[in-house]
Amino acid sequence: MEVPILKQGPYLIATVQSALNDTDLLQLRDALVAKVGKFRSRAVIIDVTSLDVMDSFSSRTLRDIAHMIRLRGAETLIVGIQPEVAFSMVQLGLTLEGVATALDLEEGLAFLDRSPAEARREIRSRGR
Amino acid sequence: MADEELVVIRSDADIVTARQKGRAVAVRLGFTSTDLTLIATAISELARNIVLYAGRGEIRLRIVQNGDKQGVQVDAADSGPGISNIERAMQDGYSTSGSLGLGLPGVRRLMDEMMNQSEVGKGTTVRARKWKR
Repeated sequence: MEVPILKQGPYLIATVQSALNDTDLLQLRDALVAKVGKFRSRAVIIDVTSLDVMDSFSSRTLRDIAHMIRLRGAETLIVGIQPEVAFSMVQLGLTLEGVATALDLEEGLAFLDRSPAEARREIRSRGR
Repeated sequence: MADEELVVIRSDADIVTARQKGRAVAVRLGFTSTDLTLIATAISELARNIVLYAGRGEIRLRIVQNGDKQGVQVDAADSGPGISNIERAMQDGYSTSGSLGLGLPGVRRLMDEMMNQSEVGKGTTVRARKWKR
């Protein structure tokens, strides 16, 4: 199931569904890396609220996406990691190192809107 | 319900099917939502190993009983190249594909029990169980 990507002002919002397979994830990666240029977006929000499983591949691909988007000059925020998913990620040793996260879409947007420059600095400092 | 669910693993789409079926089996036993996620994630990793290392194989899901305890048993089997050094494969950070190094030790942490057998040229079988608390 292809992940829908919505353009909202200077941001791109991708909403991931539960039955996400590897092909969908790689498609999402390619689409985001292209669209961030097409729409001159400043940030990408990937909403994983309905994702029930984050395994090594999805975690690695999300990290890759965040790094690629950064190379394109924009920022990435992963929002909506559920408590159970966070628990299993830690058990598996998946840390999403260097990737910014927020509680949910609302928090993520508020964080980016507050001060784009500040948000950018903060996201970059986490990536170090 | 059927005593056993079999999912043939041939592509990445089957990984999703396997973890959804596994979750459905575990739901019937009344596992907590955290345990359901741990079980589904473990199945996802085991199915992924099949796709990555063997190309095809199968995942069998079964409800098992030990005294008063009930649990879910996941059997992942393939007839791929096998793992030449299973002890090393169980160490964190080790991966024969060089790309995803979390497979087996991670699965052991998600589940309660894990056993595996691998013979070079004959394939790999992994059995993992999680008991309902």
